[in-house]
Amino acid sequence: MQDLSNADCIVIQGSNMAECHPVAYQWVMEARLKGAKVIHIDPRFTRTSATSDKHIPIRAGSDVVLLGALINHILSNELYFKEYVVAYTNAATLVNEDFQDTEDLDGLFSGYDDEKGSYKQDTWAYASDDGAGDESPGTIGGPDAGHEHGDSQSERSTGEQYGSGGPALEHARVLRDESLADPRTVFQILKRHYARYTPEMVADTCGISVDDFHYLARAVTENSGRERTTAFVYAVGWTQHTLGAQFIRTAAIVQLLLGNMGRPGGGIMALRGHASIQGSTDIPTLYNLLPGYLAMPVAGLHDTWDDYLSALANKEQKGFWANADTYAVSLMKAWWGKAATAENDWCFDNLPRLTGAHGTYQTTMAMLDDQVEGYFLLGQNPAVGSAHGRMQRQAMSHLKWLVVRDFNMIESATFWRDGPEIASGELVTEDIQTEVFFLPAAAHTEKSGSFTQTQRMLQWHHQAVQPPGDCQSELQFFFELGRRVRELLADSSDERDRPLLDLTWDYPTDEHGDPDAEAVLAEINGRHLAGDKEGQPLSAYTEMTADGSTSGGCWIYTGVYADGVNHAADRKPGREQDLTALDWGWAWPANRRILYNRASADPEGKPWSERKKYIWWDVENGKWTGHDVPDFVPDKAPTFRPEPGTGGPAGLAGDDPFVMQADGKGWLFAPMGMLDGPLPTHYEPQESPVRNALYAQQSNPARKVFPRNDNLWSPSGDAPGADVYPFVFTTYRLTEHHTAGGMSRWLPYLSELQPEFFCEVSPELAAERGLENGGWATIVSARAAIEARVMVTERMTPLLISGRTIHQIGLPYHWGVGRDAVVSGDAANDLLGVALDPNVQIQESKAGSCDIVPGRRPGGDELLRLVAEYQSRAGSTVLTGNELRTGHPESSPATRED
Amino acid sequence: MGFWRNQLSGPTNPAADAAWDRHEARKGFFTDTSICIGCKACEVACKEWNGVPEDGLDLLNQSYDNTGALGASTWRHVAFVEQTSDRIEQARESGRRLVALGMPTVRGADQLTPAETPPAAAAPGPTDPAIPDMRWLMASDVCKHCTHAACLDVCPTGALFRTEFGTVVVQDDVCNGCGYCVAACPFGVIERRRGDEGHESTGQSHGISIKGAPSGGSHQNPPSYAASNGEVKNVGIAQKCTLCYDRLGAGQTPACAQACPTTSIKFGDLDELRATARARVAELHDLGFSEARLYGVDDNDGVGGTGSTFLLLDEPEIYGLPPDPRVTTADLPDMFRKAGYAGLAMLGLAAASFVGRRR
Repeated sequence: MQDLSNADCIVIQGSNMAECHPVAYQWVMEARLKGAKVIHIDPRFTRTSATSDKHIPIRAGSDVVLLGALINHILSNELYFKEYVVAYTNAATLVNEDFQDTEDLDGLFSGYDDEKGSYKQDTWAYASDDGAGDESPGTIGGPDAGHEHGDSQSERSTGEQYGSGGPALEHARVLRDESLADPRTVFQILKRHYARYTPEMVADTCGISVDDFHYLARAVTENSGRERTTAFVYAVGWTQHTLGAQFIRTAAIVQLLLGNMGRPGGGIMALRGHASIQGSTDIPTLYNLLPGYLAMPVAGLHDTWDDYLSALANKEQKGFWANADTYAVSLMKAWWGKAATAENDWCFDNLPRLTGAHGTYQTTMAMLDDQVEGYFLLGQNPAVGSAHGRMQRQAMSHLKWLVVRDFNMIESATFWRDGPEIASGELVTEDIQTEVFFLPAAAHTEKSGSFTQTQRMLQWHHQAVQPPGDCQSELQFFFELGRRVRELLADSSDERDRPLLDLTWDYPTDEHGDPDAEAVLAEINGRHLAGDKEGQPLSAYTEMTADGSTSGGCWIYTGVYADGVNHAADRKPGREQDLTALDWGWAWPANRRILYNRASADPEGKPWSERKKYIWWDVENGKWTGHDVPDFVPDKAPTFRPEPGTGGPAGLAGDDPFVMQADGKGWLFAPMGMLDGPLPTHYEPQESPVRNALYAQQSNPARKVFPRNDNLWSPSGDAPGADVYPFVFTTYRLTEHHTAGGMSRWLPYLSELQPEFFCEVSPELAAERGLENGGWATIVSARAAIEARVMVTERMTPLLISGRTIHQIGLPYHWGVGRDAVVSGDAANDLLGVALDPNVQIQESKAGSCDIVPGRRPGGDELLRLVAEYQSRAGSTVLTGNELRTGHPESSPATRED
Repeated sequence: MGFWRNQLSGPTNPAADAAWDRHEARKGFFTDTSICIGCKACEVACKEWNGVPEDGLDLLNQSYDNTGALGASTWRHVAFVEQTSDRIEQARESGRRLVALGMPTVRGADQLTPAETPPAAAAPGPTDPAIPDMRWLMASDVCKHCTHAACLDVCPTGALFRTEFGTVVVQDDVCNGCGYCVAACPFGVIERRRGDEGHESTGQSHGISIKGAPSGGSHQNPPSYAASNGEVKNVGIAQKCTLCYDRLGAGQTPACAQACPTTSIKFGDLDELRATARARVAELHDLGFSEARLYGVDDNDGVGGTGSTFLLLDEPEIYGLPPDPRVTTADLPDMFRKAGYAGLAMLGLAAASFVGRRR
């Protein structure tokens, strides 16, 4: 994070960093004081814009056009960092000759499967010099040589597996043309793909003037290269779209072309929203992942341990993912201890198998179908914080039981009593059978543990006081729950109870029954289970084995407890160490602060420049050294070349810096892993008043839609009825509140700073619709109508899109309807529908269509009639917006009635 | 004569004047609004540390400012001012006039602190500070801890006193709530805390939530839960920023400065802060931001300079600050002189009348 202060230029896009990450933002301010240029690209002028050199307003959801034009600009003006690009990226790698681009197929890549609404990706694969044994000869397949269908990958949200490295490949014997001239090289494909992403297209699509585009392009390219670096910063303004993962990919291409990855002041900073959201993907609370980004096994695909291992990685691929078997066996040993043996495949049958998508929204819909009996909410307030609040609340009313663990009686705990559906008459308290258990939670000052923050750094917090009353730590709650369930099952001989009974569940507790968090950290770190070091903590994940002689609950965290020391609690003040500050906290992997930092040196191992010196090859001592922990095999010389076909870390050449990628290179083109295309392509949001200016294909053809009567959409583009919801709305947070309000709306000191739900509109829109500053407005989408106080502000800018003025409306989403908080109000997220990105199943909450009118909304029945009247005027039906493939003669709606 | 005159206005050492025998450097704030991000952490940290009650749940419809102004229950206030290019041009122009008048000192190289040294290689590309379409000024205001503090001068009970750090603090248990100080303060900072009758516009107060969240709130303006949540202390008593006198005594930084993530609020010895302020304004001028100016650093202004100083990007009025604050005592010599002349004149007239009668 502090490395941002090394940047010469910082582009903040899809993030309101000053407001949502004010503490981290000090490093941006520091960079600026040191002379860096800071550019904020956002639909709104926010507190981040106010403290940047320039704010560039953009239409929500059009970011790929802007960044794609930047790629085009870099390529056509030869502004890329040639030496870096040729040596460190896959620019020179050849792609399968059957690959067809969106330029050839008007917005689709080759391999689109109309029936399943997703891609079969074999034509995107790297070309291979040997086709023997392949499912698709002449290409490099997945680790098991095949190509899994995108439909099945999307069901298990495979994109999230790439949190610590790229997708696995069968091997790394790629074909390369380092002159970059071959039309089948990634470089040439990239050129063709972005040729129509011009500054004029940016003006017509994003609403950004040609001058502003050139300002951005100059700032970014002039501040990149040997001597200078540019950093990109994003948050959920990029992720929460139906092609969110591709927004980030576009920035990754820009940064690789400019040579900004793995270097000080470079990279792409992914800002995570809360204290340990990074931690909750590392040691996941996700349905599809095991700790350390190991995939959850899938029924039918991974029926045996060997099937599972061979899907994780192939020993012939390059880099550290090739050792995934050692990480997986160590995890099983950490969970099931002595019960996990080679004979029983390390208790593989104790692991559940995925049978489909079980994300938040699929679970919500399953609740509505009465398929879910109980629900745990831990620090989550879906009645306010999740997309489509009405669907969330309706779904919870179908549960038999609901456990809410929180500080306060949040709206998700009281929806049955005072939610909006009670007011509208859709739900009747007496008829709701859900039994709600509210269990008070301990705050972070009342328990010990670690937070893993946005730069993968674990920081320990120590208990300061005992939790009051019945409040308990999460750790104690789950330990106790597990203990009691195991007690109940103690005499069971049923096979299905083995996973619980085999668990190692023996943590020391204090006199209040709270388990020792450090003991859990030690288990996560892992131990030697045999040999002279038996019982000692592992120092690095490279010590892990696949023979059961090591354990470790999350391989990427190994080293945090090296030598029995809790390094998460390291707290040497910044003034006593250099800026890298390796003795403050502990960052995975291996306490490394900048990933892929081998790229901060040139292919020969010398720093690209004195000014940007970071990691280099120490010729005298024959090892990598520098300001950080080198992200490379420590003693592998830059000149080293492996025998062709060698896999694993040994297969990395001395100039393959991307050690977690299956070919050691940074991927400009993703031959595997991205389910909606190997290259980012502009598609309009699921709901957009604008037609896609680039392709006949309107929206992401691989997005996940849910055609249901309670999830209707506004018509988009030129479709009849689109003018009923003519405005774009976008949702966001404010500094003064925390997400759905559970930690801020109950506190008078924070509530008084932003007491009421408001909408931000431009003076032009206010004049057009008769809205007054401080007055009331009703905002209507195809799902809901809500009311908000009006803030008329010049900070909102109408944009000229293809000759038409598009207004955007800003809606902070912190308020909810209830009686318990200090302040309450309508919830912005009620306006949202549910449509998801196919890679990671995230909802599109940053762009939608709506109407706005002055005055308060009606209540009761009348409110429902208002929403229905809009739907009928727009002609919205269950088919609207759910056609995946559009604008093609052979297009056929891939929808189902629900 | 100079010493006595400077008891009323002009440069002086206020702690020494108050006869402190301890020699502490005068402490103060330098709030650099050019790096304020408007997070309001200062407002919250201040309230948390000092136990200042919540001050009303009104939406003020003034940009993101729902605090409004400094007062008895608001000791830090972040102002939010939205401006479009016309006003920005005016601010730059008015700044240019100040520079032409020689108002901000142009620093010598020796005045540069290491942190303020301009980078060796400034970023290339467009660096001209063109007038943007819009800007959003944010500034955290606080008690000025004046060199000549009117509140202190008029206090009849001695509740307000000058500390060894040169700051001005109210002793809650001595104040009798007379309110003279409220009228005297040229910045409108000090105020008496209202009690049951609550905040002026809502008639409600929610007390201090340090004992945990109260039970039973409601929609926008919930009923007062001060009763369930501990008493609001010091009702009727004059209240304002103490510059965290208790923390200073323990060698600590005031809560607001400690919480500020961008070091917009700097705390320290006033001499050093003023040097930092001068260096920073010069740096901004060098970059072409002529709108930058300092506030409170002039010992010869109407309050003898302030302990809380500011770097502003527009005229003080834009932030709700008086352009030419004046302590009431500053006018005393003049008033005495005029009164003296008047008295002499009357004496003269009286004498003349006797002279006349004698004829």
